Amino acid sequence: MQLIECPWCGPREETEFHYGGQAHVAYPQDPAAMSDEEWAHYIFFRANPKGPFAERWSHSAGCRRWFNAVRDTATYRFHGVYRLDERKPTIS
Amino acid sequence: MRPQTPGAHLPEHPDFLWRNPEPKRSYDVVIVGGGGHGLATAHYLAKNHGITKVAVLEKGWLAGGNMARNTTLIRSNYLWDESARIYEHSLKLWESLEDDLGYPILFSQRGVLNLAHSLQDVRDSVRRVEANKLNGIDAQWVEPDEVKKLCSIVNTSSDIRYPVLGATYQPRAGIAKHDYVAWGFARRADQAGIDIIQGCEVTGFVTDGDRVTGVRTSRGDIAAGQVALCAAGHTAVLTEMLGIRVPVQSHPLQALVSELLEPVHPTIVMSNAIHVYVSQAHKGELVMGAGIDSYNGYGQRGAFHIIERQMAAAVELFPVFARAHLLRTWGGIVDVTPDASPIVGRTPYRNVYLNCGWGTGGFKATPGVGWCLADTIARDELHPYTAPFSLDRFITGALVDEHGAAAVAH
Repeated sequence: MQLIECPWCGPREETEFHYGGQAHVAYPQDPAAMSDEEWAHYIFFRANPKGPFAERWSHSAGCRRWFNAVRDTATYRFHGVYRLDERKPTIS
Repeated sequence: MRPQTPGAHLPEHPDFLWRNPEPKRSYDVVIVGGGGHGLATAHYLAKNHGITKVAVLEKGWLAGGNMARNTTLIRSNYLWDESARIYEHSLKLWESLEDDLGYPILFSQRGVLNLAHSLQDVRDSVRRVEANKLNGIDAQWVEPDEVKKLCSIVNTSSDIRYPVLGATYQPRAGIAKHDYVAWGFARRADQAGIDIIQGCEVTGFVTDGDRVTGVRTSRGDIAAGQVALCAAGHTAVLTEMLGIRVPVQSHPLQALVSELLEPVHPTIVMSNAIHVYVSQAHKGELVMGAGIDSYNGYGQRGAFHIIERQMAAAVELFPVFARAHLLRTWGGIVDVTPDASPIVGRTPYRNVYLNCGWGTGGFKATPGVGWCLADTIARDELHPYTAPFSLDRFITGALVDEHGAAAVAH
């Protein structure tokens, strides 16, 4: 169990959070023009890196708000959290 | 008669298991991943097709990934025809595998109970039993009193939070000793002349148009006629190097064992709803697993609260476990697909085959998928048992949605 920093509430235990998968997956700009293959990629295909990963979390047992985080999937270390209207931080 | 120490009857290993050869410059087939699936594929390439210019490349030590970290359960009681076919093919192979490998694997067909805890569970379970029967798979619906007869330590009282309303029962399901399974396959493949190369990490691929001509490894470049990717949780790392996207997400899946106990648990019990599955190993440990951790991870460990929940479920179902000590926990990395079914088949590269996405169900499929993948490689044609699991099903929409029968939520 680890502490996760909610941008609004501060550090809380992992059990208070719900995982939302990859962040920054934008809704298609022109859905009607998309091929089956493009739809499949929008719906089913997500990045799965071993290393830093921008992902969504919800503080579901707290303020219930969604936020983004950059977390390393190999070490599970959170490099930073940021609100949905903030830019993805650069991780050096 | 002197009392027997549990596990004292376990067979001794032979002096010799396999060679540790230097990689050659070139092979007809290079299999990436020296776990159960990769080794089984190598074995059946040699046995069924006489193809032995084969290398199995393993970045760590043989079968040290998920193969060493699973919970050893084998069953074929899946709902959909496509899944039933491949898992039942595998179960049939398990039934004669010890003879085939000439090596003990301690395959023990002690049956599996999949518990139902709600009316909807009951209906879904009965449906699955009927589907299994239509596919020629042994399956029965059993009432709580029969559950008690099959496994007397299950708490079938009606006043627990998730009472046992019955179960599906597959008598031919079982367990096998996973290390011995890997060693048996490796030994046979080695005897056939196949090179098993440990400590050899694939770092890239050499491509020529729509073909891969070789793999780059931590021990030099190796030319390959055909390439099979059998790297389970690390598949996405490999396909990234090939510029192919595969809809898998890698998650930690945890399991654990208790201290050694006298034989108390004669079968396998699984519960989807409260999320625990338990069997007792030959030596006497209770082997337990739960669902995957929610987040993506490659760390071969997971969060403690998952174990807490799993233990709470286990102790409610099996009050006799309350004083058992936890001996060890571990995590594997499972590659989970959107429809909880594997991906086996072709890639955009003509001579590269994919085998991944087995999620929490890979161990039981070991001989079955090895058989089919070897056939696919040898004939350059999809085997009918694995053809429904091709990568393009995510585009055509012909998904094999197996969340319900996967028995573990993912």
